[in-house]
Amino acid sequence: METVIPNELVWLIFLLPILSFAVIALFVRPFLNNPRLSGYISISAIFGSFILSTWVLISLLSAPGHELVIPDFNWLVIDSAINIHLGLMIDSLTAVMLIVVTLVSLMVQLYSQGYMKGDPGYHRYYALLSLFTASMLGLVMVDNLLLMFVFWEMVGLCSYLLIGFWFHRPAAANAAKKAFIVTRIGDFGFLGAILLLLSQTGTLDIAQLHSLALAGVLTGTVLTWAAIGIFLGAIGKSAQFPLHVWLPDAMEGPTPVSALIHAATMVAAGVFLVARMFPLFEHSEVALLTVAIIGGLTAIFAATMGLVMTDIKRVLAYSTISQLGYMMLGLGVGGIAIGIFHLFNHAFFKALLFLGAGSVSHATGTFDMRQMGGLRKVMPWTYATFLIASLSIAGIWPLAGFWSKDEILASSINNQPILFYLAMVTVFMTAFYMFRVVFLTFGGQYRGGSPANHSPRPHESPSVMITPMVVLAVLAVGSGWFNVTGGFSRFLEPSETHVFQGFFGILAHPLPWVSLILAGAGILLAYAIYSARWLSAERIGRLFEPFYVVFSNKYWFDELYENIIARIVLLKGLFAGIKLFDSRFIDRGINAFFIENLVVRRFFSGLKSFDNRGIDGAVNGVADTTVATGRVLRIAQTGQLQLYGMFIILGILAISLALIFFS
Amino acid sequence: MSFNYLSTIIFLPVAGAIIIALVPRLSSRQIKYIAALFTLIPLAISLGLFAAFDRSAAMAGQMQFEEFASWIPLINANYHLGVDGLSLPLVVLMSLLGFLAVLLSWKMNLRVREYFAWLLLLETSILGVFTSLDLLLFFIFWEIEIIPMYFLISIWGAGRKEYSAMKYVLYTLFGGALMLAGILSLYFTTGSLNMVEIAQTDLAPLVTSIPLAAIFFLLLAGFAVKLPIIPLHTWLPDAHTDAPTAVSVILAGTLIKMGGYAMIRISIGIFPQAAQDYAPLLLGLAAVNVVYGAAVTLKQTDIKRLIAYSSISHMGFVLLGIFALGEASLVGAGLQMFSHGIITGLLFAVAGIVMHNTGERDISKLGGLARQMPAIAVIFTIAGLGAMGVPTTSGFIAEVTIFLGAFASNVVSGVQIYTIISLLGILLAAAYTLWLLQRVFFGPVLEKFNQVRDADNLEKIYCAIFIALIFLVGLYPMILTDVFRTGIAPIAALFGG
Repeated sequence: METVIPNELVWLIFLLPILSFAVIALFVRPFLNNPRLSGYISISAIFGSFILSTWVLISLLSAPGHELVIPDFNWLVIDSAINIHLGLMIDSLTAVMLIVVTLVSLMVQLYSQGYMKGDPGYHRYYALLSLFTASMLGLVMVDNLLLMFVFWEMVGLCSYLLIGFWFHRPAAANAAKKAFIVTRIGDFGFLGAILLLLSQTGTLDIAQLHSLALAGVLTGTVLTWAAIGIFLGAIGKSAQFPLHVWLPDAMEGPTPVSALIHAATMVAAGVFLVARMFPLFEHSEVALLTVAIIGGLTAIFAATMGLVMTDIKRVLAYSTISQLGYMMLGLGVGGIAIGIFHLFNHAFFKALLFLGAGSVSHATGTFDMRQMGGLRKVMPWTYATFLIASLSIAGIWPLAGFWSKDEILASSINNQPILFYLAMVTVFMTAFYMFRVVFLTFGGQYRGGSPANHSPRPHESPSVMITPMVVLAVLAVGSGWFNVTGGFSRFLEPSETHVFQGFFGILAHPLPWVSLILAGAGILLAYAIYSARWLSAERIGRLFEPFYVVFSNKYWFDELYENIIARIVLLKGLFAGIKLFDSRFIDRGINAFFIENLVVRRFFSGLKSFDNRGIDGAVNGVADTTVATGRVLRIAQTGQLQLYGMFIILGILAISLALIFFS
Repeated sequence: MSFNYLSTIIFLPVAGAIIIALVPRLSSRQIKYIAALFTLIPLAISLGLFAAFDRSAAMAGQMQFEEFASWIPLINANYHLGVDGLSLPLVVLMSLLGFLAVLLSWKMNLRVREYFAWLLLLETSILGVFTSLDLLLFFIFWEIEIIPMYFLISIWGAGRKEYSAMKYVLYTLFGGALMLAGILSLYFTTGSLNMVEIAQTDLAPLVTSIPLAAIFFLLLAGFAVKLPIIPLHTWLPDAHTDAPTAVSVILAGTLIKMGGYAMIRISIGIFPQAAQDYAPLLLGLAAVNVVYGAAVTLKQTDIKRLIAYSSISHMGFVLLGIFALGEASLVGAGLQMFSHGIITGLLFAVAGIVMHNTGERDISKLGGLARQMPAIAVIFTIAGLGAMGVPTTSGFIAEVTIFLGAFASNVVSGVQIYTIISLLGILLAAAYTLWLLQRVFFGPVLEKFNQVRDADNLEKIYCAIFIALIFLVGLYPMILTDVFRTGIAPIAALFGG
């Protein structure tokens, strides 16, 4: 096992799924049209990538500086400034991401064998999953900011195509468009940062940018603006406030796709980007503080909306936004290892939660929790794994979520007390909304499922769906243990001085107890309302009605963005105004007067009939178009233009031909 | 004496036109085969020239495959052709689109003989513009193009076709007249019509009848109508919208590139000082083009008109790249001209198929076509991705090169602000492209389109050629940037870039 992975095989990690995409799209779909084969090709490719990623991880554990150097080659060389090489940057951060992405994607693809069975778009589905995974793998591996942007956009494109997978449903098509456009607002910042960095430093090589920041060459306002721009990109991709609005709608895609988007690919890209460019943030106090504040605010802001949603996937979506806020907070107050450790743990339990939600809807035909209930007995595996994941996300010792959440809380208590208190409130809310889901979905009596569902008796999902969930459940329990003694942190950050207490030692401190009590209180409250019914949900709802209205209307952000800004201010206001200006003032005003009038009157005044009969209407600019058309038509019929043209053309042709023959 | 490759490329199409026009009793099928043959050979030769083109740095600024013959000695006008790294890719683009335009017109059955004759003449005139090194020759080719275009739009077009055709003629003549005045002023100043020679002359010490800046603007006006620069753009949506499909493809694909090409070759190459002095103004117009064009695009309801307005926005990027005056930004402008040619060419081609097969061009009346026309939906989506600059397509690489080059250019102060404003264009491009895709192809299936047929094999083949090129340039941009650099480096060097 001491063999270091050969360079060619490292390239294969993202080339395998790309190849799978190409084979399915260009060969299997058009010529063989065997859906099962598409699924198998895609799964084999991602399995290969997973094995290779594991090899990379093992190689890195013993490599000096936990880094592999892969030679690169020219991709776009224009001058000394734009000199882009295609190369890979394989360090510990990449290795962790590779494992997360390939493992979650593998599980999702296995699960999809059951979930997507019989869907007419089966080929397209697996082709896109392959491309989606490949793009994310490329994103975490490349060594250059511009190429990272390439894969970054590819990830966005694939999620557009997958969210809109069932494109005949208007909601899906809308959600896909919304996801792409909202994240592109963030990309505006990312691209701006790229422009700024290249013009100021002359390089986009990530390692070089790191050393420039460390050496203090890249500093001051340039550094701050670049970091803020990069973070704007991350805000879009990782659905942070105020660009969070696309993620809840993205549930219109097939549920396994949601699992992939929420756990390992799309939204993880933003957190990864900040971690990848962390040396830039570290040297700009403003940028780092922005990351922490946006993260902390998003965590609690999204959690409040998660409290009141009735759609199981929407609750999970808001929980993702909230957890991503935690990760950003972790990066802002603690550093790479802390933020990425939460990303690592979250990937497994969040993927599991979505797969669980998919399993539930597979049985009941709905995502509305008000139509579920009582599924504990009929879906024991789904229930058990979902419960584990819920405990994990709620941060219950000793499950995975506990360890990373505790690290974030411990780092923020000293640096950012206000954000710390917000995060503590979020712990309570998280436990409450997750167990509200658990009790509504699995507890009590079955409430009939979707009215349109033809199989009224819900049933457990097939083993092809259950097996990946069990694997993820094991990870949702144990993935946090990698850092019980600080191993995970030391791998990512050699200089990390955090004190790790061991499996039980951590319980000797007050902070974990406070957070555990808060989480326990949240679970208890959910139990009291939704299971034991000591408290009436309606009464509580009335008590907190103003809050309920605000939360369930999502703070009116969709309303603000889609209706007020996009529809009224831009489309009906500004853009319509510009269009009117264009047609009335420029086209039929200035241009009609100067060009049509001047040209015709001054240069072609010899063509009398042309002038008198034809152009006045168009020139005066206000003429009714049909009249104008009629007049122009008559000019054409007078034949003078043809005559003019024929003269020119005959002359030119004669000269040209003569020249060819006599030259 | 070497073979006159460039003359062959230029004049084969018109030779085909003459055969089609003069040989009696040709069936329409024979006419189409003749047209295909007389556009395929120039394409093959231009690809050969592209392969044989010397890309080494030593050849930077050197014309290759040059041809020279005395024409009108009295005024020192010569028949002088040649290509460098700037013009060669555009020649390849035109000869490619010329051939594809014939394939695109395969279903044409109205006055077939005249149609193909005009189409081939059009190709000759545009190729002539890109290869002429003599200002008078250049001007003649520039003006000839009006005639076939007028007839192609007014006879085979749709909608207000006569109005649009006449409007096109008026605007082009207007620009052409100013341009002619500029060329004459330049001639009287230097006594030469040789573009290469004039570019190497320092014009500042010469006695001019009117200020150099005035000559610069006279010429620029002609180019600005073509590109087009707002507010001279209003002919474009009408002409593109009402032209038959193949002509729209050529209009958007190469004809408007004459403007960008001439700006680089003449406005900047011959008048570096004036270009630098007035760059802020033109950069401002570029930003306006990008944002204003995109804003108007968002309000369009006609499928072809929407694509036409998006061209105005995309040509704003070209203008930005040109007047940022940096080497990389100029290369980016060249790339964008090529890339826009194939992407928007494909967009017009598929929009034409959609309109032909559904009989509908109003976006609000279309919908759900992805089920009924799956192949067209995929092709349209790919073209749309190119239009909004998604990576792996040529659109991304072209736009990002312009942005990187312009932002880093230190020739013009304040260029960074215009670049950042122009970045908004890619955001708006995503909005209008995705909206278009959604309205036409997604959503519930409409019963009225149940009988609509998908792309046939010929259509799939020419679309595949476009798509292959979009991805080839997007994935391996150096195939073009290396060529553009040899032509652009000496021009950029005028600004110390």
